[in-house]
Parts: sequence; C-alpha cells; structure tokens
Amino acid sequence: MTVDSPPARGTPGATAAAGGTPRRRGSRPLAAVLGLVLLAVLAAVPLFVDPFGTNTLSRILVFALFAMSLDLLVGITGLPSLGHAAWFGIGAYTAGLVAEHWTAEGVVTVLLAAVAGAVGAAATGWLAVRSSGVFFLMLTLAIGELVHQLAQSADTVTGGSNGLFGIPSIRVAGTPLTLAGYVYWFVLAVVLLGALGLWLVSASPFGAALRGIRDNEARMRSLGYTPFRYKYAAFVLAGGFAGLAGGLFAGLVRIVNPSDAGFSTSALLLLAVILGGAGTLWGPALGAAVVVLVRDTYGPTLEGHGPLLLGVVFVLAVYLLPQGVAGLAGVRAGIGRRRPAREGSS
Amino acid sequence: MTAPLLSLSGVTRSFGALRAVDDVTLDVPAGARHALIGPNGAGKSTLFKLVTGEMPVTAGRIRLAGQDVTRLSEPQRARRGISQTLQHSSLFLSQTVEQNVLLAAQRRHGSRHSPVPRRQAAARERTRALLADVGLADRATVPVAALSHGERRQVEVALALACEPTLLLLDEPAAGMSPAESARLVDLLRALPESVTVVVVEHDLDVVFALARSVTVLHLGRVLLTGTPDEVRGDTAVQEAYLGTGREALFLDGAGPARREVG
Ligand SMILES: Nc1ncnc2c1ncn2[C@@H]1O[C@H](COP(=O)(O)OP(=O)(O)OP(=O)(O)O)[C@@H](O)[C@H]1O
Ligand SMILES: [Mg+2]
Repeated sequence: MTVDSPPARGTPGATAAAGGTPRRRGSRPLAAVLGLVLLAVLAAVPLFVDPFGTNTLSRILVFALFAMSLDLLVGITGLPSLGHAAWFGIGAYTAGLVAEHWTAEGVVTVLLAAVAGAVGAAATGWLAVRSSGVFFLMLTLAIGELVHQLAQSADTVTGGSNGLFGIPSIRVAGTPLTLAGYVYWFVLAVVLLGALGLWLVSASPFGAALRGIRDNEARMRSLGYTPFRYKYAAFVLAGGFAGLAGGLFAGLVRIVNPSDAGFSTSALLLLAVILGGAGTLWGPALGAAVVVLVRDTYGPTLEGHGPLLLGVVFVLAVYLLPQGVAGLAGVRAGIGRRRPAREGSS
Repeated sequence: MTAPLLSLSGVTRSFGALRAVDDVTLDVPAGARHALIGPNGAGKSTLFKLVTGEMPVTAGRIRLAGQDVTRLSEPQRARRGISQTLQHSSLFLSQTVEQNVLLAAQRRHGSRHSPVPRRQAAARERTRALLADVGLADRATVPVAALSHGERRQVEVALALACEPTLLLLDEPAAGMSPAESARLVDLLRALPESVTVVVVEHDLDVVFALARSVTVLHLGRVLLTGTPDEVRGDTAVQEAYLGTGREALFLDGAGPARREVG
C-alpha cells in the first residue's frame, strides 16, 4: 500500500477482527523507538553474550528471515505453502557448493543462494499458483518432497543423506569470519536487509494487491487485476528470500542436510508463521524465535520430545492466540478504540 | 451512427437444462442510462456476469465499443473499461474503507506494479473524492467488516467508480440502503458524466425511473421489451410478467404520466 500503512493482519480466510486497522498515530513514534532499541540490542549481542548464545541468536535470525519470506506467501498473499523449505534448502545447497568449489565470499554465496531459490520457485510456481486451497497445499508439499528426494539421491553433488559438510566459513573481503560474533554481524546485516526488502514489498502497491487477492480474489479480477501474475511474482519473491535465508544458514551452520529442504522444516516454519501472527512479517519473525528456541534449546533436554513440546505450544497458541503474538499486540493497541468486528473475510 | 458501446447478440447462458439467459440481443449506446428490470430469477445478474466475463457465454457475442470481447478474460474486460457493483457486496473485509477503494484507484491513478512503497497522491486524492461523493468521508479508516450493510453498498459504488469505467454495471445498488442513502446514490449517478455509460439492475422502480432513459425488461432469460420508461410502464406483457410476484403494485403506484390501470 503506502509507506505509512502497516501490513494488514489476519490469517487467510479465517478472521478479520482485531487485525487490519491502521495503527493509531500516537503509537508510531513508540514503534520507531522500540525498533531502534531492538536494533541496538541486536547489534550489541556479541559483546555480552557467549559464543554459544550468539550462535543460537544467529540461527534465530536466519529462521526469522525464512519465516518472514513464508509470511509473504501465507499471510500476505493467502497461499499456505507446505513446501517452502524447498527454496531454503536449494539456497543452502547452492551457497554450500559455491563456497566449497568456487568462493566463500559471503555476499556472493548468499546472493547466489537467493537467485537459486527464486529460480526454483519460478520453475514450479507457475503450476502451483494456478491451484488454491487444499490443492495448493498438496502441490507445494509434493514440490518440497521432490527437492528433498533430489538432495538425498544426487549424492555425488549433495553428499546424499550424509549432507553437505565441511562448508568453508564465510569470508568477507577475503577474510574468513572465524569468531561467532563476526558471523553474527554478517547474518544480522543480511537478515535486516532481507527484512527491509520484504517490508518494502509488503507496503508497496504490489503488496496491497497481494492482500486484495488474499481477501477476495474474485473481486480483484473484476477490478482488472490478473491474480495469477501477482501470486506468481509473490511465489518467486518468497522463494528468493527463503533462498537467501538458506544461503545464510549454510554459511552459519556449515552443514546442510536433505531434511533442511524437507517437510519437517516446512511444517516448523508454518508453525512459526501462525504462532507469530500471519500477515504482519514481524509476528512470524518472533514466532521463528520461539520455534528455534524450543526446538534447539529445550528439544535435546526433553529426550527427543522437542516436537511434542512444539505441538503442545502450537495447540495452545491456536486456542489462546488465534491471531498469533502479533494479534495480541493489535488487541492491546485497539482496546476501547474500535468496535469489534467478527466476520469471515471471504 | 457510431457503434453502440455495448452490443449483445444472441447471448445465451445455460445451467444444465435451465436457460438463465436466452438469446438476448441488446444494444446500449454510449452515454446511455439504461435499466434492466425483471422479476426474480429473470437472469439479470447472470447477464451482467456474462458481460463482465465472470462467466463464459454458452452462445452469442458481446461487443464493447465495436470490439468483440466475448473471448476476453474478466480482468482484460475490466481494463477495457467495464466495472460493476455486485448484487451481494464483495469487498476486502480485513481492510479499511480507504484501502478498499485505493485498490481500485491505484490501478488507474497509481503504480500498482510498484514493488516499493509509493505515496500515490493521485490515487489517494481520487479515493478521498469518491468517499466524499458516496457519503463515507468520515469512515475512511474504518475496517469494511465494521460497516453497516448500506455503507458497504456505498463502498461498492466507490470501488466501481474508482476503476474510471466507460461502462458501469450496477446490480441492485440501492438494495439495503436507507431512503436517504439511495436518494444520495441517485444524485451521484445522475451527476456522472456522459462518458460513463450506465446499466442498472434495480427492483426499486423509483430509482429506475429516476435514472433510466431506456429500460429493458427481462423475463425467464428473454428480452420482453426495450423502450422508454413510459412505454415499459404501460405495457401489458410486462405487467403480466410481474403478476403474482408481489411487485405488480410497483407499476400501479408509479407516478408517471403513462400510468394505466390493469383490469
Ligand atoms: N451458478 C448458477 N448455477 C445454476 N443456476 C444458476 C446459477 N446462477 C444463476 N442461476 C439460475 O439462473 C436464473 C437467473 O438467476 P439470476 O441471478 O441471473 O436472476 P436475477 O434476475 O438476477 O434475479 P434476482 O432479482 O433475484 O437477483 C435463476 O433461476 C437462478 O437460479
Ligand atoms: Mg440478481
């Protein structure tokens, strides 16, 4: 839409309640201040957090970007994908292979990863976005599994089920980043740029058209928009940003497994988007933080019951926060200012 | 004479055995204020859908400004200047009134492909003007989901006008509006420039006769009659079509000069 309207909220096809109102003027400076404080804290993390913690935060940032890219599809365009990890995986393998065989220069690996993700999405998206609803779910699931299988079977290139390991560490201007703090700063910079890109898209007239398609595709057609083109463009863009996140992931973790491109990753990510609040971009980023923390930090200590815990979190979230964490913020901001509107958005 | 703006020849649409629109031939000249009336189920909404391209025709041709658009998709036809309000409001419920109208306005006045934020001053200005025209100036930031039924009808009209149409199809625009709201609507539509051709489906015959300079009566999918409002009011076949539908009174109560009693 425009510079000054925040992305509309609300899960596709579900509710339109506490979400889509423009934020009140008074809260915008507050949001800006909060944003700046958050930025400063994020930038200062390596100065007072140990390398292990810094590493975990790097991973959270990568998954935050990944989740935001999925939100462009799920929350903003209304296309729930079950195969979004495919583009993440393609990006990760691309970055890993480029680093191993050509150059580990971070900017190059990460950009090529984004291109690879976008190309993969472009090659399959023209088919996928022609469908909708359950068929879109099934098609994206199939695409994701296809990429997963490819990663597993093309073992001369990808290392098969062992994965691609020993990926050289990221270099910036020829110097390898060996300290967790430097890697973190690189990741932070790329994630912020990626998030900025996604935000620009979401706030643009193009993004407004995507939300129009999410809310009422038939009406968009009668207004002279061709939904297919917009959905296809959104699919490719989302693939590109997911690839970017994948490229960061490869440089950060330095090992890529077929499962990083598979269904479990996609499902986890969808969980992050819904948990955080689809359609807000920042909500899914928070959701990703929760998911990564629960899975990586508490998962191993629960004797492998991490997924179970995530499942419980998910069920609770759906019941308690139907619009995710972001919905919670919207409700607080809107209390007493607005009549509640509880209607389906179809 | 120039080609009519909208020209239908032999337009037919079947749903199984039912011919909802049956061999309709009709010319609407540019600048017309044309009404399409008929009892419930006559096929009025279906005919509109065939014109906009929401539904393909079973047979027949549709021409817009002399060009055959029968095979064009709905968005293509919309970009050639067809715009509509729907009988059942179809809006973007999670978004505000302004955002709704802006979606239509940005297609003509803005940069709808732009992947980065734009001010869209022209589109916003147009949106503001339209919202004032339909009487929603102070509701711009309200989510559409929170509007009353009548207000949503007004958003529909603003949305349709924001497309800057050459052919405006209105499907029962006044249904659900209060008398004051529908009077405002009539004023708004009467004030439209001649460059906009208007075809309106409406059950409220006060609205029809206040707007239309020509009327087509549809009955069971077929054109019963096309003529001036007076001719239509006086026609016995039309009165018979409406008999038993509870709407005969609309003809008898008509304040027009050609008012006639049915015996
Ligand atoms: N999608 C559809 N499938 C099957 N039958 C349909 C469909 N749409 C309309 N019809 C039928 O076609 C006929 C004409 O319907 P239409 O909605 O065009 O009438 P209308 O003149 O607009 O009536 P109203 O005044 O009630 O709006 C009706 O008998 C209706 O049941
Ligand atoms: Mg109808």
